[in-house]
Amino acid sequence: MSEIAVHRGLSLNRINAMVLRYWYLLLSSWPRLLELVYWPALQIITWGFLQNYISQTSGFFAQAGGTLIGAVILWDILFRGQLGFSISFLEEMWARNLGNLMMSPLKPIEFLISLMIMSLIRLAIGVIPMTLLALFFFGFNFYAIGLPLIAFFCNLIFTSWSVGIFASGLVLRNGLGAESIVWTLMFALMPLACIYYPVSVLPPWLQVVAWMLPPTYVFEGMRALLIDHVFRTELMVDALVINAVLLVASFSIFLALLRSAKRNSSLLSSGE
Amino acid sequence: MNIEQTMSRKPPASDPVASAAIDVAHLVKVYKATRAVDDVSFRIARGSITGLLGGNGAGKTTTIAMIMGLVLPTSGRIHVLGFPMPEQSAEVLGRMNFESPYVDMPMRLTVRQNLTIFGRLYAVPNLTERIDRLASDLDLRDFIDRANGKLSAGQKTRVALAKALINEPDLLLLDEPTASLDPDTADWVRQHLENYRKSHNATILLASHNMLEVERLCDRVIIMKRGKIEDDDSPDRIMARYNRDTLEEVFLDVARGRTRESAT
Repeated sequence: MSEIAVHRGLSLNRINAMVLRYWYLLLSSWPRLLELVYWPALQIITWGFLQNYISQTSGFFAQAGGTLIGAVILWDILFRGQLGFSISFLEEMWARNLGNLMMSPLKPIEFLISLMIMSLIRLAIGVIPMTLLALFFFGFNFYAIGLPLIAFFCNLIFTSWSVGIFASGLVLRNGLGAESIVWTLMFALMPLACIYYPVSVLPPWLQVVAWMLPPTYVFEGMRALLIDHVFRTELMVDALVINAVLLVASFSIFLALLRSAKRNSSLLSSGE
Repeated sequence: MNIEQTMSRKPPASDPVASAAIDVAHLVKVYKATRAVDDVSFRIARGSITGLLGGNGAGKTTTIAMIMGLVLPTSGRIHVLGFPMPEQSAEVLGRMNFESPYVDMPMRLTVRQNLTIFGRLYAVPNLTERIDRLASDLDLRDFIDRANGKLSAGQKTRVALAKALINEPDLLLLDEPTASLDPDTADWVRQHLENYRKSHNATILLASHNMLEVERLCDRVIIMKRGKIEDDDSPDRIMARYNRDTLEEVFLDVARGRTRESAT
């Protein structure tokens, strides 16, 4: 009597298989690797020189050295984290491989976990050189932030995954015609997340909205650390709670959109 | 975290639904105002090869996609290998596989890389040996380390078939398995499918426009038209009923609305 595998529960093997699939893809394509490094490098050099110029003319920025460069790097963690997630997902749409995956024993949660791992790998390839450039050109040691950096990073990456899961669900449901959402959705958070200015700059009613977004807590926390040399733990805890809610909500929405895609045959016709 | 379980293959139960490879009852799929599949019922015995025939828009691909769980039916029920789909898909997805022109293998990855990934997804034991065996059986060795995107149409079809066979499925769903193949390669693929069915007692459901292929391979033919089953029998009996010598002639009769009576 032959033996068969019944694919219940989470499988590390299947998650590893998907990570391997994206790793093979990255290694097979030097433009994909270059793209990961190119924009972050340009960003940090441009904003670094701007910070240098402003700090020469403004007493505040001379005091608060590194807030601009720090904000640029943290914004890139948020933005590139989401792109790293979503582009790996889009690779399946571009390759018309989604049907193969959806009919395999791969579960949606395993698929999403593999995309999260890939977002970390892609982020490392793009952001680590960026931080080295900040150190080399502008003397800003991003890693000198120390342990608070872990709290900043975790909260930003969790938000980026929530946005990535939501955007991927929309593309899954609506096809590649919705691809532009992947590239632009995070920018909707930009004015409200208060990356380059404090929350107090916003009108009171917008401040209420801003405090619903975990990145707002991170950027406020970064400014508190770099300007006042205070690590505000309560901000990070609040952000973590909101992130937990966002992750659960985005996963639920993804499953609902997947079900809707199956109702509408979108998985068989994933074009425009 | 890896809690995949291995269990003994159950012998066919006396329940006809459980013992069938596929059991479809009153299946309906409605897209807005269009009934793509309209009250379709059939049961496919294990170890058989069944052809699903019909013109474009007849509902073949939608029916197969619903059996695979890629499309949710509007109503009706589906059992695959004795388990209701999609509710208990985890029980059967590892025991079935498919090939379809609606999906591709990743183009930048080599054939070996693609087969490795799908082999891992299906938890194939002794994967390296399995890939070597498939490369030998399907004559992939000359291009197994070449990117999938650099293969000819015929080579890609053989690779897609290798992916469909990677887990030695009990149930194989094929949508136009020999489309875009030259006659020699197509014949060779058909021979391989026949051998696979015999050696594994596998069930194969294939949708095809190639009537000679269906005549040669299939024990049974289900003809669909406008979402409904128009006829369902062995190729010989269907041809006899329409008083035709080939399934192609039967297909044309059905497509052009000639009834069995008027065809005779």
